[in-house]
Amino acid sequence: MTEKMKWSKLYLFFVFILLYTPIFYLILFSFNEGGTMNHFTGFTLEHYSTVLQDSRLIQIVVQTLLLALLSSLISSIIGTLGAIGIYYVKNVRTQEVLLNANNILLVSPDVIIGSSFLLLFTIVGFQLGFVSVLLAHIAFSIPIVVLMVLPSLEEINPSMLKAAEDLGANGFQILWHVILPNILPGILSGFFMAFTYSLDDFAVTFFVTGNGFTTLAVEIYSRARRGVSLEINALSALLFIASLLLVLGYYYLSIYSRRMKKVKRGVAE
Amino acid sequence: MNRLLQFMGTVVVFILLLLGVNLYLSHSSGAATSDTLTIYNWGDYIDPDLITEFEEESGLKVVYETFDSNEAMYTKVQQGGTKYDIVVPSEYMIERMIDEDLLHPLDYAQIEGMEHLVPEFLDLSFDPGNQYSVPYFWGTLGLIYNDKLIEEGSITSWADLWNPEYSDRLMLIDGAREILGLTLQSLGYSLNTKDLNELAEAEAKLSELAPNVKAIVADEIKMYMIEEEAPIAVTFSGEAADMMWENENLHYVLPEEGSNLWFDSIVIPKTAQNISGAHEFISFMLRPENAALNAEYIDYSSPNQTAIEEFIDEEVVSDEQFYPNLADVEHLEVYKNLGLEYIGIYNDIFLKFKMK
Amino acid sequence: MNKKSTQSTMLFPYVLWLALFVFAPLLLLIYQSLLNIDGQFTIENIVTYFTSATYITMTIQSFIFAGFITAVTLLVSYPAAYVLTRTEHKELWRMLLILPTWINILLKAYAFIGILSQSGPVNEFLETIGIGHQQILFTNFSFILVATYIELPFMMMPIMNAINEIDPSLIKASHDLGANEWETLRNIIIPLSMNGVRSGIQAVFIPSLSLFMLTRLIGGNRVITLGTAIEQHFLVTQNWGMGSTIGIVLVVLMFIVMKLTNNTPTRKRGGR
Repeated sequence: MTEKMKWSKLYLFFVFILLYTPIFYLILFSFNEGGTMNHFTGFTLEHYSTVLQDSRLIQIVVQTLLLALLSSLISSIIGTLGAIGIYYVKNVRTQEVLLNANNILLVSPDVIIGSSFLLLFTIVGFQLGFVSVLLAHIAFSIPIVVLMVLPSLEEINPSMLKAAEDLGANGFQILWHVILPNILPGILSGFFMAFTYSLDDFAVTFFVTGNGFTTLAVEIYSRARRGVSLEINALSALLFIASLLLVLGYYYLSIYSRRMKKVKRGVAE
Repeated sequence: MNRLLQFMGTVVVFILLLLGVNLYLSHSSGAATSDTLTIYNWGDYIDPDLITEFEEESGLKVVYETFDSNEAMYTKVQQGGTKYDIVVPSEYMIERMIDEDLLHPLDYAQIEGMEHLVPEFLDLSFDPGNQYSVPYFWGTLGLIYNDKLIEEGSITSWADLWNPEYSDRLMLIDGAREILGLTLQSLGYSLNTKDLNELAEAEAKLSELAPNVKAIVADEIKMYMIEEEAPIAVTFSGEAADMMWENENLHYVLPEEGSNLWFDSIVIPKTAQNISGAHEFISFMLRPENAALNAEYIDYSSPNQTAIEEFIDEEVVSDEQFYPNLADVEHLEVYKNLGLEYIGIYNDIFLKFKMK
Repeated sequence: MNKKSTQSTMLFPYVLWLALFVFAPLLLLIYQSLLNIDGQFTIENIVTYFTSATYITMTIQSFIFAGFITAVTLLVSYPAAYVLTRTEHKELWRMLLILPTWINILLKAYAFIGILSQSGPVNEFLETIGIGHQQILFTNFSFILVATYIELPFMMMPIMNAINEIDPSLIKASHDLGANEWETLRNIIIPLSMNGVRSGIQAVFIPSLSLFMLTRLIGGNRVITLGTAIEQHFLVTQNWGMGSTIGIVLVVLMFIVMKLTNNTPTRKRGGR
């Protein structure tokens, strides 16, 4: 048993090494004196000072994060409700149609999504800028949220819902007290996947943005012709470290508060 | 349900925080003026100090947006969701935009400094009389090779690419016009040909190149050549200058048969809001000292004669590969807008080549 | 009828989204696919598609590669997800799984170019252990490696969630009945986590059909997928009609995949 655990831990370790290798490589070269990501010629903090002085880049980062948080929050709400709705649909055929429709945006390449959203916005006469990008990001994030929430929903024991109904709970109460707590991991996965999609998207944002609004991905891609400078590595390193600290902080805080509650109530699990 | 609420609360707090920071940043950076000039350019394609200087001098606030390809830029300008005052497309796209009436004619009464430009770069076929455009940077298409892997001086022409010795060693740029164009030039034809027989001949010749091709990539060609992933590549002169800066074993060759002469030029779209500001910006960029600063930042060849003669580092300007004596080089051809039908034909041939 | 009304309020924003951002663009796509480059109505695009050896080969290639990427991702993910659900601090691990996806994909691809190149650390390592330099970039291997890397979290997440949700008493019961670890895994955990696996396959296979950037960056355009062709048509030849036609082909292929993975939430009424 312990032998087996050791092997499986080792496997896990390798998967995470694979996941983090390119990130560490990026961060390592953000300290490179030379201009590129191949030969490490010497240590410097120069790229970091460039980033901190580049107020345009900093503002782009702030706008990017704002957009990503807002769009993933809204798409998680719409997507989760949508997934529950789909789950409740009685007719199997309708359900199938809804699911297929859900995945259309997932299969469409970004250029198609971007260009057709651009056409839609211009047909309606919608002003391009933060709001149009936000709408587009919400739109392409919803299907991934639905996809992440559905499996959790399907695992809910129907007898639990039935029991709640028998006890006279109304629709909202069932949703709030029975369904949502049970699908929380799915919702969180959906939220974070939506966040990822939003941060990573270049093509859709490019088409529907305007009036000075830019995201980090658009900025990075449009720098490709001239070569992406190590300044961007330094920026990514800073963002990565910040999010790592945030994740660790949030995690320990939530463990701590849960423990405190347990202590208070004297509940032993 | 506490955890969900707690989580959403945290997210909302972050959103509000970021909103605050964003508000603060846009207030502190924005000058008091509400007059703006919106520039649409390739990413990292202007010295940022010049923008700051222009803002101080003109009192305008510059909004800088970026694109990564001419065609993507075209779609945005044509759809008209944003009003750009200044755009910097390449020459074939300018021709197309003129044809489709998307550009605002320049008012030379408001522009100073045209006399600084290299005369050969004015009044070209894509914009006769420079009614719509002012050259920003220019360059050629050529070959770059690594002297550690290829004997120095052994490559001088496009035809050398077909040398069977170079099996699986070439890296090509992912562009139908470029690759088909060099094949046509190696056959002695124009890279703007619409003759289907010549194109068929080029297609056959191109398929013979397939065994030599290692990869067909785009902007990342720069990284690959610096890393010595391949010994020979087809690339633009501006990119080549960057590569040679990073790796001293690399050499750029302007092929004997001729080459493509490309321009990125400043234009004013029809939808522009701040026409006078746009003209002011063009004059600002034409000033030799500014053109020189920009050329030194970007490392591309400047079209500004005065800047070349008086301001840019002598060593850079004397390099014949990047500032060739134009009279010496034959068959430097500028791309013409071939029309969608022929662009389609060129791309189909190239796609078939890639599938090999 | 309280329940019914809550249900329709819940579905309302979702259906609105479907109408505005799925069906409207889809109609636009169908309309465009019926136009040629001169803007005239025609069915020539679809005819071209089905009569061109280039496009057919491309479709088959895309399918094979997407299938391969999905299979490799699944093989790597399932054991990892399974082990993860058995560790302490799984919430933390879940976050650490997502974190790498927040770094720009272009930058990560550039990092891979650095790592896998002729002068990169991998080749240096191969050199020191005596295998010698290998061409790693521009091979199917490197393309699938990087694609798997990108897709890994999208597969692991739903599988983790699904395994997590399995009633622990079932596993306990299985052990009590004398089943060993492997039998429990095969008879209880894998069948009960199929919903997660299905979600994962859809989240990976469907987008893999239209990969385009990695095929150029890492694959050196040796592999051409439908995504590449669409990108070309939209951004280079500006033949939006042909691009839209291929887009529709992708959507239809997706329907077929959905049918095959048969994702209709089956209600297990009292099944447990």
